[in-house]
Amino acid sequence: MKTSVRPRIVTRDLPVIAKSPTGIDGLDEVTFGGLPQGRPTLLCGAAGCGKTLFAMTFLYNGAVAFNEPGVFIAFEEQPEDLIKNVGSLSYDIERLIEQNKIVVDHIHLDRNEIEEAGDYDLDGLFIRIGFAIDSIGAKRVVIDTIETLFGGLDNQAVLRSELRRLFEWLKSKGVTAIITGERGDGTLTRYGLEEYVADCVILLDNRVHDQLSTRRLRVVKYRGTAHGTNEYPFIIDQEGITVMPITSSGLAHDAWTERVSTGIADLDDMLEGQGYYKGSSILVSGMAGSGKSTVSAHFANSICQAGQCCIYFALEESPQQIVRNMRSVGLDLQQWVDRGLLRFSARRPNLYGLETHLASMHREVKEFDPAAVVVDPISALMGAGVAGDVHSMTLRLIDFLKSRGVTALFTNLGAGSAETATTEMQISSLTDTWLLLYNRETNGEHNRQLYLLKSRGMAHSNQVREFLMSAGGISLREVYVGPDGVLTGSARLAQEAKDRADRLLRTQEVERRTREIVRRRREIAAQIETLQAQLASEEGEMELLNLEGSAREDQRAADRIALAQSRASRRAASSSSKLMTSGK
Amino acid sequence: MTAAPMEQDGYNLRLYVAGQTPKSLAALANLKKLCETHLPGRYTIEVIDLMKDPALAQRDQIVAIPTLIRQLPEPLKRIIGDLSNAEKVLVGLDIAPS
Repeated sequence: MKTSVRPRIVTRDLPVIAKSPTGIDGLDEVTFGGLPQGRPTLLCGAAGCGKTLFAMTFLYNGAVAFNEPGVFIAFEEQPEDLIKNVGSLSYDIERLIEQNKIVVDHIHLDRNEIEEAGDYDLDGLFIRIGFAIDSIGAKRVVIDTIETLFGGLDNQAVLRSELRRLFEWLKSKGVTAIITGERGDGTLTRYGLEEYVADCVILLDNRVHDQLSTRRLRVVKYRGTAHGTNEYPFIIDQEGITVMPITSSGLAHDAWTERVSTGIADLDDMLEGQGYYKGSSILVSGMAGSGKSTVSAHFANSICQAGQCCIYFALEESPQQIVRNMRSVGLDLQQWVDRGLLRFSARRPNLYGLETHLASMHREVKEFDPAAVVVDPISALMGAGVAGDVHSMTLRLIDFLKSRGVTALFTNLGAGSAETATTEMQISSLTDTWLLLYNRETNGEHNRQLYLLKSRGMAHSNQVREFLMSAGGISLREVYVGPDGVLTGSARLAQEAKDRADRLLRTQEVERRTREIVRRRREIAAQIETLQAQLASEEGEMELLNLEGSAREDQRAADRIALAQSRASRRAASSSSKLMTSGK
Repeated sequence: MTAAPMEQDGYNLRLYVAGQTPKSLAALANLKKLCETHLPGRYTIEVIDLMKDPALAQRDQIVAIPTLIRQLPEPLKRIIGDLSNAEKVLVGLDIAPS
């Protein structure tokens, strides 16, 4: 049986608040669809918060993207100024006015010109707005800012009742309206407009912290619908307005099993021979000059080699400088830039606040849709905010990138000793893979070392490697581990040379010994041969002696027989037999 | 609704109303009375009903109803309300009470 964590909600056809999309990146996500359709929304904030631009963007997008013509009732600015001002956002309002998609009406109120003599109402305003709406069939209305009425007219009682009537009337006209209001002391608006516009209130804010300003937006209330309640940073630039619903990202991103090469074959080997996980976040930390950027560039290079896109957020070096520097390790990054696969986005960390950084990174990622992102170095953002903020920003950035399956590589410039495995921003626990780059001083030289401190979800190498950069790129060498400890650089080379000499000596000794034995064997064999020869000759002599002996015996026997015979004949014939015997 | 022929120092007045509301009617009545008292034969009154011609509201910068505009003599003057406060109307129109 399928079980669900969440209680099941039976939804019948309940009336749902219809929403009118603003077309502003992020705001529609925060409000789950846009502003309440057919109702007025109060947009408040201090001077210079971007209320007018926000409101104009709402109209512009309505006219361009949603086929909803709009009316802009301007109390403060002349239409010409207004059009010029939003021209900086590349909004061509004039063209839309010609196409009858937008009407701009400026309401001029000068207290000095007006004398109040008796009871009045604001029917004139109603008629004007009504006429403007009807002339183009407007669905959207912006009133910027209606509080000017309070400066122009005396009778507050009339004004208040007329405002109430105005908002009711706007509702009855079925237009989605934005009413802007200046922020007051302790209240959302100076004249308490929030009392009248109760459906949706959005607060804009521009705070300065450490001389860096950050624009923020908050949906204070939104009757009848869920909405994000946090403060969301937003940016205004030539591309328009972007709100970052950054904190809305949860921990529900997909876990990818695909792997992405690190761009360094030896490092891939340390990571099960395959590299990082796709969509994971990698932290490369180390001291100055330990090769962080080079590791990043290799990664970016390998992404582009695979035909995928990569954004390189350079916070310390200019793109040209990075391209030049990476040539020295044999990487041609320019080719990827030319092919549109690699985008450098260089910015000074203290150019604007943290949130703005984050916001613009978000937008670029959304726009370029890369497979990987490099932030080099993330620690530079320390200058743009306090540690806690940088932490939360990185967290949100990681969340965002993970949710899109973008592999992210952050470098972190560590201060002081490389062994202290912490980062100032405590982001180490947020990352999936952590490469530590050391730059150790031994025997009067610094040598780079690389250590894979962690890599979630894979059997990674636990070895410290020596990290070598050459014109051919990065290579990792096994470090020398001997009786004297871990050796790198010249010390390793010296030790290796010594080892080689020792080995040579040993082999020579063995050869010498072998030769000696051969010689001895040969010597002994020769001796054995001599002895055997001696023995043989002695045996020969012996045999000869034996033979002579037996021959003599035979002779003697024969002699005896002859003697016996002769004795017998002498006895028979006397002297002739004696001569025969002596002649023998 | 021209009440009298124009003169050199005549008052050219325009009253903007929105339909036949009590306020509009009161304003017109008050204005007529005032002019007869203080500007006999030296004024013209033009009543403009914005319900019939809403485009004029934008052209003449009308917000409140009723609005009385003194076109002539220069400079342009605006008085809003039902003109029940005669004193203020006279101040607004730069008419010295006689």
